[in-house]
Amino acid sequence: MAGEKKGLQLLDFWVSPFGQRCRIALDEKALPYEYLEQDLGNKSELLLRSNPVHKKIPVLLHDGRPVCESLIIVQYIDEAFSSSSGKPPLLPSDPYARAQARFWADYVDKKVYDCGTRLWKTKGEPQQQARKEMVEILKTLEGALGDKPYFGGDEFGFVDVAFVPFTAWFLTYERYGEISVDKECPRLAAWAKRCGERESVNKNLSPPEKVYEFIGTLKKKFGIE
Amino acid sequence: MAAKEELKLLGVDVSPFAIRAHMAVVIKGVSCEYVVEDLSNKSELLLSSNPVYKKVPVLIHNGKPICESLVIVQYVDEIFSGDGVPSILPTDPYERAIARFWAAYVDDKFFPVLRGIVLALTEQERVEKATETLAAIEPLEEAFAMCSKGKAFFSGDSIGYVDLALGSLLVWIEAIRRMYNIEIISASKTPRLSAWAERFGESAAAKEVLPEVDKAVQFGKMLEAAASAAAASK
Repeated sequence: MAGEKKGLQLLDFWVSPFGQRCRIALDEKALPYEYLEQDLGNKSELLLRSNPVHKKIPVLLHDGRPVCESLIIVQYIDEAFSSSSGKPPLLPSDPYARAQARFWADYVDKKVYDCGTRLWKTKGEPQQQARKEMVEILKTLEGALGDKPYFGGDEFGFVDVAFVPFTAWFLTYERYGEISVDKECPRLAAWAKRCGERESVNKNLSPPEKVYEFIGTLKKKFGIE
Repeated sequence: MAAKEELKLLGVDVSPFAIRAHMAVVIKGVSCEYVVEDLSNKSELLLSSNPVYKKVPVLIHNGKPICESLVIVQYVDEIFSGDGVPSILPTDPYERAIARFWAAYVDDKFFPVLRGIVLALTEQERVEKATETLAAIEPLEEAFAMCSKGKAFFSGDSIGYVDLALGSLLVWIEAIRRMYNIEIISASKTPRLSAWAERFGESAAAKEVLPEVDKAVQFGKMLEAAASAAAASK
């Protein structure tokens, strides 16, 4: 039967922050995998078969079995390879700390991408509203970070993985939303820099200028000036 | 006598999210103080325990708050485990990923359109939302076959994660049937879910926690009124 390839494959799209979460998690665990860039305008049979419900990337295939939804994929990587990788877990071992991590990763999911999209897709009043909301969202996340080096505490963890790909989008938010992350949320900016020094992050995040360019292309495609 | 584990759950009877958290606690057989919130006059405890969303449910365990229903359910599952204690999530990582996928589907795809039926401002919109909801339930009918593997619940022999995620909405599904004569789950269109819904409702935990459907109908009428008022004032 087709699709039962051994090992790990990631169906992904280069600029997707959701896909990057998975790439970072795989690299943090030093897990070899095959990266399969998808054409979202012409979805592959493999993608449609692996994620029939949402037809979206990222999808992780493990020995041919699909796991969908980026945060579910990250938790799967953490749980399925906990002993074999010899690397620290992404989720904390304390249940209360784990609940906090899940809460904040979910917050990033609920808030950041949608608000960010409105920043570049809208103009006038809706854009002003999105700007205000984004600053609030970033400040809330900065509050959750507190004085810790990472959201996970001393160790880079689940919430860091969930949020760090969006740091490549800060430049885009800044230019379209006229927000300065450095000024509004200096501790968050420092956290972003600290994460950027990690190999897994450095290797997998899109250069901010590339993200900006990509959004520029999308805007033209949607006829947004 | 001081309780060793102090559990308090802030909720509202008709909230599917509070229902999930409450049922999880009941399934684990642990004692918990259930505090009914007045959403029009939220308590200081609720506001300070969930400053980010200011919503129910909130579980307070030995003074520490946990928010978001599925986070609470996973927390309760992890804290209260061991011999003889029923599990809510499976132990196998792949099965856990599948359970999380379908619970997320309920929340991200099914619930918004279901709720849209109640919040619709015109009959046309209501029909649209009903159509979308009927489409959204189909993958769940298929998922039940795949997940249950012939057993009573999504999780197998006993109520688990996906059962709680979808089961907590059954009161609203029934309320919508009474309010608008729209059948989201039916023996003819979704036979597996129809049979599962009956079993879910017959469970001890559901009997203890689920409110009367009329309470949801009353709440639904309030939501309708609030939605029209909000639209009128724009």
